[in-house]
Amino acid sequence: MLGKLSWAAIPFDQPIPLLTGAVVLVAILAVLAWVIIAGHLPYLWREWITSVDHKRIGVMYTLLAMVMLLRGFADAILMRAQQAVAFHSQGFLPPEHYNQIFSAHGTIMIFFVAMPFVIGLMNLVVPLQLGVRDVAFPTLNSVGFWLTATGALLVNISLVVGEFARTGWLPYPPLSELTYSPGVGVDYYAWSLEISGVGTLVAGINLVTTVLKLRTRGMSYLRMPMFCWTTLASNLLIVAAFPILTATLAMLILDRYFGFHFFTNEAGGNIMMFMNLIWAWGHPEVYILVLPAFGIFSEVVSTFSGKPLFGYRSMVLATMAIFIISFMVWLHHFFTMGAGPDVNAIFGIASMIIAVPTGVKIYNWLFTMYGGRIRFTTPMLWSIGFMVTFILGGLTGVLVAVPPADFLLHNSLFLVAHFHNVIIGGVVFGAFAGYTYWFPKAFGFRLHEGLGKAAFWFWLVGFYVAFMPLYAVGFLGMTRRMQHYDVAEWRPWLMVAGGGAVLILIGIIFQIMQLVTSIRDRAELRDSTGDPWDGRSLEWATASPPPVFNFAVMPDVRGEDAYWAMKVQAQQQALEGREPDYRDIEMPRNSPTGFVCAFFATIMGFALIWHIWWMVAAGGIGAFATFVAFAWRDHDEYVIPAAEVARIDRANLEQRRAALSLAGGT
Amino acid sequence: MTDATLAFAEADAHMQGAVVAHDGPAPKRIVTGYGFWIFLLSDIVMFSCFFASYAVLLGQTAGGPSGAQLFDLKGVAAETACLLLSSFTCGLASIAADVRSARWYQAAMAATCVLGLAFLALEGHEFAGLVARGAGPTRSAFLSAFFALVGCHGMHVSAGILWLLTMMAQVFAKGFRADIMRRLLCFALFWHALDIIWVAIFSVVYLLGSAA
Amino acid sequence: MSELHELHDYRDVAPGDEEEVRVGPRLLGYVVGLGLAIVLTITSFFVAGTDLVWQPSIPVALVVLAMAQMGVHLVFFLHITTGADNTNNVLALAFGLLIVFLVIGGSLWIMSNLNHNMMPMDQIMQMQR
Repeated sequence: MLGKLSWAAIPFDQPIPLLTGAVVLVAILAVLAWVIIAGHLPYLWREWITSVDHKRIGVMYTLLAMVMLLRGFADAILMRAQQAVAFHSQGFLPPEHYNQIFSAHGTIMIFFVAMPFVIGLMNLVVPLQLGVRDVAFPTLNSVGFWLTATGALLVNISLVVGEFARTGWLPYPPLSELTYSPGVGVDYYAWSLEISGVGTLVAGINLVTTVLKLRTRGMSYLRMPMFCWTTLASNLLIVAAFPILTATLAMLILDRYFGFHFFTNEAGGNIMMFMNLIWAWGHPEVYILVLPAFGIFSEVVSTFSGKPLFGYRSMVLATMAIFIISFMVWLHHFFTMGAGPDVNAIFGIASMIIAVPTGVKIYNWLFTMYGGRIRFTTPMLWSIGFMVTFILGGLTGVLVAVPPADFLLHNSLFLVAHFHNVIIGGVVFGAFAGYTYWFPKAFGFRLHEGLGKAAFWFWLVGFYVAFMPLYAVGFLGMTRRMQHYDVAEWRPWLMVAGGGAVLILIGIIFQIMQLVTSIRDRAELRDSTGDPWDGRSLEWATASPPPVFNFAVMPDVRGEDAYWAMKVQAQQQALEGREPDYRDIEMPRNSPTGFVCAFFATIMGFALIWHIWWMVAAGGIGAFATFVAFAWRDHDEYVIPAAEVARIDRANLEQRRAALSLAGGT
Repeated sequence: MTDATLAFAEADAHMQGAVVAHDGPAPKRIVTGYGFWIFLLSDIVMFSCFFASYAVLLGQTAGGPSGAQLFDLKGVAAETACLLLSSFTCGLASIAADVRSARWYQAAMAATCVLGLAFLALEGHEFAGLVARGAGPTRSAFLSAFFALVGCHGMHVSAGILWLLTMMAQVFAKGFRADIMRRLLCFALFWHALDIIWVAIFSVVYLLGSAA
Repeated sequence: MSELHELHDYRDVAPGDEEEVRVGPRLLGYVVGLGLAIVLTITSFFVAGTDLVWQPSIPVALVVLAMAQMGVHLVFFLHITTGADNTNNVLALAFGLLIVFLVIGGSLWIMSNLNHNMMPMDQIMQMQR
């Protein structure tokens, strides 16, 4: 009846996951109870859960990422603490638990922190920058988000029901095959990624179509803001790479569930086919993450230097070059696993070549700053911190792209330090820069600057203190994923690294304080102009937060830096242009499709993990029925009458004018 | 001049003419069709992984039977005929829908459905025969890859038939509404794309496999 | 509006849409497509089973025939053409094909190299016993 599921699945003997799970469960129930008792549920359901508004979905993606960041960071602290104490001892984490923690840390940080964070920002900003009212497929957008949330939920359920994979963030066979991992851990991993992978693919298709087909009048390709270009490249990579992940995990699932022999040791299976395919997805994946971050830095650097982006066209070329080359380097993840010198050399050279367009980008940012009037706001600090840190990470990357060097450094903590250097220094800093930069656009008030800067400094210093020692112990020969060790000279470095993790923790605490304080003081931090940073692209041309239709009248773009030119003109006229011709606006209606579909996907995923076949069928039928019901509805749009559009827009313009004349008067 | 608030002077004179101007958002039908086109491409990339695995594991028969010993080309020819004809009837359904002929549309879709089911029946028969002969997917890596690749296509056809029936029901209940017409466009793309995949499968898997 | 837009008034079609609207020619298109596909399919099956052609050329012939038939399907059934209004659709297709080529070609190349340099897994397992 319940497949493999029984009371034995709950780890009553392990206090750490059980206690954490209980605390989280109580917290969730408390929040839920508060929401219901305070009567917020109808509002949440109407305005957020069923929303198909790209801005709301973007915010929910980002929120998911930040919550999951706390979970992933908790794992990180546990690992650093374990390695700080586990010298000649077992530490406080038994090996089977430690293995789950490093697997969960990597999986969560990549799939449920970095991915939703960048997808959330792209969702929020790209339609605004392109001057359009929504993404191409609003309801599918909601489906994509909720499927991602399903994946995250399943990973967290594994904390208390059953176990998570002990195989690392990429489940290499034969370890991940049924013979060596008979538990449900790998199944949790595979199914949560299959389900959230569908969500990611949907988001990718949506954003590609939005950028290619929905741009406003006059927004030709070479007038798009840099962030839109990097979004296009990143989402094309999603569309091309995520099917590979889906197929590879499907093969692993077939091996585990039906006794196929793709990656087994027996019957001619080939484990290297897994390494090959998973990295054919895995390498583009890092560019899926970092390209949007590059876009964010381009926007931020240009805005806070008060200059157009230096070398816009070379930036576009560099982005597209990285986009294509990123698909031609995947072998460098397994240089040491048997390829000959010719193959290794070619992939090594291709890997080094990627550094060239990336270098072009760095120079472009530097030259954008050169001669500019730089404002050192929090987003700008993240950007500068990124440039310094990312160059370092990039250089160590070029180092490990040399096959002979990689033979020494492969699987060592040097490698761990390298990819944290580029992912934290690139993606995470970029996500935080974007978060601070676009927060006022999403909510209508700025984040507290002082606390934001404090958070930045603790993160930056914490990062260096935590990861520079890992480079050193990597050179000293320490391999990754060690639960305990006996080498005395590693110990001081690992203690220091633990200290770095604590500094990052303080940075995170400052970020939480920043959010709380800013919400409390939102009246003082209010942005009534819609343009708090003196921005250059179209998202600043509308109110903060933007009305549901984004733009009362679709903007007409006549050059790069669309909003800047518009502003120069508009400020002369003191925003007293003729009243535009307001028209009725059709907007997509909200729909519970995404949420209901994800509900069934959760049931189905859980049932698949535990082999509860009747429940799998029920979930599948439910998901299909949801789509049929969606297809059956008669009205998918509602109309906002011209008079209402005019009323909202006049109020916005009034507010802007007041703010501008206030600024002009003093 | 409707866009007075947001219009502004010619900002960047040298950019004019160098860049092809853009007309604004595309009509819904193009947006939907294009989005689905992108999805199809991603699906084809997924198939390419199964093809790659098949090609890599082709020789790994682990002492079991090879393709040349197993494949029955007569059955494959029948399957191919079913799919080819179904692609044709699917095209007829598109034309019927465009001229708003519900009767011809339903007839063409029904024919497509029958042909699709016939294909699935033939494939099911082939798979059952292989398993009965002890050449199931667990026998060797080659057979795993074979079953996964061909089965993945079969799963797509099954999903397509489910979709097809839904589309027949939608037109029956709601008529040729604009959104239903867009879905029909996507369905036709999907069905024709499955045919393309099948061309690759019967050429690479069956014909090359039995020729070699 | 600005004359710039009228000058470059571009057109675009959805993938799968035809420019032709009359039923007769459209029907003819599908019939021709089906005819070509049938001819190519029969040729493929014939080539695979025959002794009349030089044997080593058979795989090449089959691949060429398959590509030709995919092209027929693309043009006559999916209506992907080289027209200006189809540029975006063709570009997307080209990108997809590039990825397919990289995945299949790369995998074959890498895996044959690995197999050449490393002992097959089952033999390693036997040595360990």
